Amino acid sequence: MLEVSGLNSFYGKAHILNDLSFTVGRGEVVALLGRNGAGKTTTMKSIMQLVHPKSGAVTFEGKDIAGYSAHRVARMGIGYVPEERRIFTDLTILENLEVGRQKPREDAPVWTVDALFEIFPNLSERRNNRGKAMSGGEQQMLTIARTLMGNPKLLLLDEPSEGIAPVIVEQMAKTILRFKREGLTVVISEQNLHFAGIVADRAIIIESGVKKFDGSFSELEKSPEIRDAYLSV
Amino acid sequence: MGLFAAQLITGLANAAALFLVASGLSLIFGVTRIVNFAHGSLYMLGAYFGVTLMQMLPGGFGFWGSVLLSGLIVGLIGVVIEICVLRPVYRAPELFQLVATFGVILVIQDLTLMIWGADDQIGPRAPGLKSVVRILGEPIPQYDLALIAITPFILLALWWLITKTRIGILVRAATQDRTMVGALGVNQSWLFTGVFFLGSALAGLGGAIQLPKGGADLLMDLNIISAVFVVVVIGGMGSIPGAFVASVLISVLNVFGVAYLPQSTLVLMYVVMAVVLLIRPYGLLGREEKGGEHGQVGEPDRPIRPAGLVGRSLVAALMVALALIPVFGSNFTQVLLTDIIIFCLFAASLQFMLSTGGLVSFGHAAYFGGGAYAAALLVTHAGTPMELAFLFAPFAAGLLAIIFGWFCIRLSGVYFAMLTLAFSQLVWSAAFQWYDVTGGDDGLVNIWPSEWLSGTTTYYYFTLIVGVGGIILLRHLTHTPLGYALRAGRDSDRQAEATGINVKLVQWTGFAVAGALAGLAGGLFVFSKGSIFPNELEIAKSFDALIVVFLGGVKTLSGGVVGAAFMDGVRDWLTRLEYWRLILGLLIIAVVIIAPNGIVGSLRKGAERLGFYRGEFSE
Repeated sequence: MLEVSGLNSFYGKAHILNDLSFTVGRGEVVALLGRNGAGKTTTMKSIMQLVHPKSGAVTFEGKDIAGYSAHRVARMGIGYVPEERRIFTDLTILENLEVGRQKPREDAPVWTVDALFEIFPNLSERRNNRGKAMSGGEQQMLTIARTLMGNPKLLLLDEPSEGIAPVIVEQMAKTILRFKREGLTVVISEQNLHFAGIVADRAIIIESGVKKFDGSFSELEKSPEIRDAYLSV
Repeated sequence: MGLFAAQLITGLANAAALFLVASGLSLIFGVTRIVNFAHGSLYMLGAYFGVTLMQMLPGGFGFWGSVLLSGLIVGLIGVVIEICVLRPVYRAPELFQLVATFGVILVIQDLTLMIWGADDQIGPRAPGLKSVVRILGEPIPQYDLALIAITPFILLALWWLITKTRIGILVRAATQDRTMVGALGVNQSWLFTGVFFLGSALAGLGGAIQLPKGGADLLMDLNIISAVFVVVVIGGMGSIPGAFVASVLISVLNVFGVAYLPQSTLVLMYVVMAVVLLIRPYGLLGREEKGGEHGQVGEPDRPIRPAGLVGRSLVAALMVALALIPVFGSNFTQVLLTDIIIFCLFAASLQFMLSTGGLVSFGHAAYFGGGAYAAALLVTHAGTPMELAFLFAPFAAGLLAIIFGWFCIRLSGVYFAMLTLAFSQLVWSAAFQWYDVTGGDDGLVNIWPSEWLSGTTTYYYFTLIVGVGGIILLRHLTHTPLGYALRAGRDSDRQAEATGINVKLVQWTGFAVAGALAGLAGGLFVFSKGSIFPNELEIAKSFDALIVVFLGGVKTLSGGVVGAAFMDGVRDWLTRLEYWRLILGLLIIAVVIIAPNGIVGSLRKGAERLGFYRGEFSE
């Protein structure tokens, strides 16, 4: 479904991603692992075209989308949940969801406000409140729900467990597994190896923008030297 | 009582057009973060189109139809401006966008002159609303009452659009975080264009709807723009209800000001604005601007270094050439060069504040004119000798900058710019209206230099020494700890604070230095001309300085000086042409889009490409 090949991305003069290549199959949940500053967020942004890669291709359903504007990428069915959440604090929860709304797609799960409120009951209670006084967990739920309103085929989740109470993280894991059951393809970036192991089928480890490992979690289990070298556990 | 009521009604009626224009500006700023200086021009176009359409379409239906149609046409013109001028510069720093809209002002000025001619157009009266009614014995035009009745509906319609529709939700979301709105699948370009259409249409409506009260003339663009900015800043940038409240406040205040304080009508508005900003720095209903949003975009700045050997030799050669001018050049050349050097010093002082300090001032003329007036007042009223009066110019301007700066540096970004504009207007209106002291429009005359400095050539040398000395001082300051601290505060005030720099104090100092040197330029100016008039304090003077700094190159040290020299050099030739504003406007827009590094930056890039000049980062 998604193929990233030979990606090079820069922030100004800083070379962040270095010839990064990987693929994501339909219905797969892939975890992007690595330390702070390894290039996880830049990978997400380069797929979303919020950062335009300098070279390399991002192929989504057979089309190279490198150089597209972010809204076109979103309209093609890639949903992006940023690490810093970026909810619209001046808008109510319902209005936040409205911003994300797009037409249903034939080959992707269809979400409605009611269905999302059922998954995230906390949001339902406060639907007419503004996003100002929300906890980190509630903000994360709102960001995910807002992106799902676009009925994406592929969901990019950037560090969803960061800064969230452990109880909520557990709930979040269940939610992501539910997305998988609904047929959503997910790329999730994580520092929390345990959390990633629960939700994802496959792990990709990057360090300084270079891919160091690509395989199943059981393979990763067998090579503790990789884990120790590239992850801060 | 009757008179009071009548004035209140007039004020409320005047608020209608002001609110329309201000809400449009506010809306555009909220979403695109562009302060559209050309908004007054759109208002003017609305009035002109209204006059023409009303002549073609008869009757009540024709009148109101023309008003709506004018709004529609101006909205479409706004779309053209957005697509052609602003789209290419959305990612550029704030100042570039501002300068681009200055260019649009000039272009629209001359196009209007071409199409409708220089004569004022009398606004037709609204059919069915031509007479007056008596309220408490005072005659009130029916049209005023109609305007008062219409305005709340416009407010309501806008409020509904913004709060209840999907478009409104997207607009509010984009006001807060446009990148995220894009990442959620909304085409920002069209959202921006749509908002620009709506904002421009509102300005056009405002222009057409005020026709029965004011008609149409070529000055109305700049006349309304300062009032509109005051309204938007008082109400809070981006807030429609804020724009409404502030429009009413300012309009009513103006009417009562004319009646009870005729000497200070012009000042009143700015005093209110300054007071509001002191109590609520982001306007009555505005929200705090997030830091970092208006920071530098794009490539990191090239580090500024002291001039190398080649640079110094070139400057030295230029100095020798300038010193030899009186030997070869005519009297006229010396006068022209005196003007140019003065303007260069003025521009360099703004450049110091703007590019080294990151403080975008819209009111730098206050210190230039302030210094000039200070010296002239001493000479006129106290008979002070020229030497002392001349020294007093930078001192007084510096003092003025210290006072105004104390208020201004507490704000940042657009609010900072607006407050500097307000203070400069305050100085201007004092000079303009305080007739007994400043001579008002007649200015102050007979301010000549002492015997030993009189004569074109002598004064030319005096200007050359003082002006170049001032410019070198400013350059030198950039490479002192003050300059480093200013640059640190400009690039990241938080990090600068965290390293122990008192950013506000440093910026205040920078503000004062820039003010004092602008005052020095003003002192040179007043004794070279022998007179001073309020127009040296006008907004246009401040804009001139901004434009030359920009033309020369914001991110360079010499940009202001080069830009000023270029501008003053070509102005003499350019203003002989009939439509020079059009040419200048198009030139400015072209520079913004094609050569955003300005003259110096572009020359340097070109030289780098050819291998003559090695940049720090060249690959």
